[in-house]
Amino acid sequence: MRTNGLIDCDVHNAVSSDAALLPYLPARWRRHLELVGSRTFSPFAKGYAYPKAARFASRHDAWPPSGGLPGSDLDFMRAQLLDAYGVDYAVLNCLYRASEQRYDAYGAALATAVNDWQVEHWLERDPRLRASITVPFESPGLAAAEIDRAATHPGFVQVLLFPRTQQPLGKRHYWPIYEAATRAGLPVGIHAASTTPGPVTAAGWPSYYIEDHTSLAVAFQAQVISLIMEGVFDRFPDLRVVLMEGGFAWVPALGHRLDALHHRLRDEVPDLEHPPSHYLRDRIRITTQPMEEPERPADLVPLIRDIGQDVLMFSTDYPHWDFDNPHRAFQTRVPADLHQRIMFDNANAQYRFAP
Amino acid sequence: MTARAYVVATATEIPPGGRKIVDVAGRSVGVFNVGGRYFALRNACPHAGGPLCEGVLSGFVSSSAPGRYTYERRGEFLRCPWHQWEFDIRTGRSWVDPVRARVRSYQVGVEPGADLLACGAEPAGRARGPYSAETYPVTRDGEFVVVHV
Repeated sequence: MRTNGLIDCDVHNAVSSDAALLPYLPARWRRHLELVGSRTFSPFAKGYAYPKAARFASRHDAWPPSGGLPGSDLDFMRAQLLDAYGVDYAVLNCLYRASEQRYDAYGAALATAVNDWQVEHWLERDPRLRASITVPFESPGLAAAEIDRAATHPGFVQVLLFPRTQQPLGKRHYWPIYEAATRAGLPVGIHAASTTPGPVTAAGWPSYYIEDHTSLAVAFQAQVISLIMEGVFDRFPDLRVVLMEGGFAWVPALGHRLDALHHRLRDEVPDLEHPPSHYLRDRIRITTQPMEEPERPADLVPLIRDIGQDVLMFSTDYPHWDFDNPHRAFQTRVPADLHQRIMFDNANAQYRFAP
Repeated sequence: MTARAYVVATATEIPPGGRKIVDVAGRSVGVFNVGGRYFALRNACPHAGGPLCEGVLSGFVSSSAPGRYTYERRGEFLRCPWHQWEFDIRTGRSWVDPVRARVRSYQVGVEPGADLLACGAEPAGRARGPYSAETYPVTRDGEFVVVHV
């Protein structure tokens, strides 16, 4: 196929209101939605942690003229993103709060509804779109069942987890998810969000959004360490993990530190097949947004080479406020071969895009 | 290339605190009225290309010491609708990165219609003389906002 050389690995389609999911819910759960509704662990009783300056965490110009939330209108998404930049494929990560529900069976029903809604309103309506499977991942058995069910549709290319979880994701508790993902031949994507009442940092709750936003990278590091040390990558040799919206400048430092400790403490994890940095390079893929912007812009290129030329995959995070423009994301000139890998080749090798 | 003048609005059309986004000479330009003075900036943020002139107008919060704040110059700072970079509407200078990021600003004036007509203002695209009208039938008895690009 002829391509524009652009794959966007993180786009957010939004369920405009709970009512949009009613057609996809059995009567029992429709009734639950109407009588009880959403009960999550989020400390924000109303709305989100985002500043009002960026309502719904979105670009001001991303509110569709048709009404509804940013990311809820496919035509507007085509105009502002897919057609505007010539996107070959976009991977949708719907952040509707299905996996955050405290009531596991209700969360599972919502996840199924979200996935069916994604098929009908997105995957079947634009050949450029692919999506992540929403799963109630804190109940891994239910999550595995939903992966088995949804993965039969070729539009789903990934399983969606979050970095702030009730336990570290490497724990045995979550292994059924990795089994199911491997069975379906899909990677597991971890996208900034939460299913836990725990604070956003290990030091407790900070005051400012700027602290929340920066702390995301730390949660991702905790999950990467857990997945490596608990032997998830060795147990599931076909599993790939994609980190979304957690930054990437920390990767080399974490690799060095883990390798150095592994030399001294390997007796604790004698069954680890490789040094920790091997998994960071070989089994983990990372989306670029929000792009790292070092003080000396040219420092970005050696940093990327350090991480590995096959690791990074471009993403815009449309329609969110910290959107990266595909034409302007790098504040420095990136060599053409490396640029093409990041903008297209790496994602094309990672995801099953071909019909 | 010498700056050409484009008639973009009637003087009453952009009240204080108001704005109008126009296409001038192939560029999108935002024209603002701040307390009776007009300013024009290119509608493209130098940081990442967002539609800057659609952003929120606010003041600037500065701090002389921890815990002390002043809110100044209300309505003179434009915040990009994407990444919230702030620009001084009077200069086009970014307060996020004043050295490297500056948005192109244009000279704006208000001219009586009679003067414009005397200089040969016409509808856009058929300009002769120093003035061309953007979408405006310029009338003798009126005042018009003119952007020099």
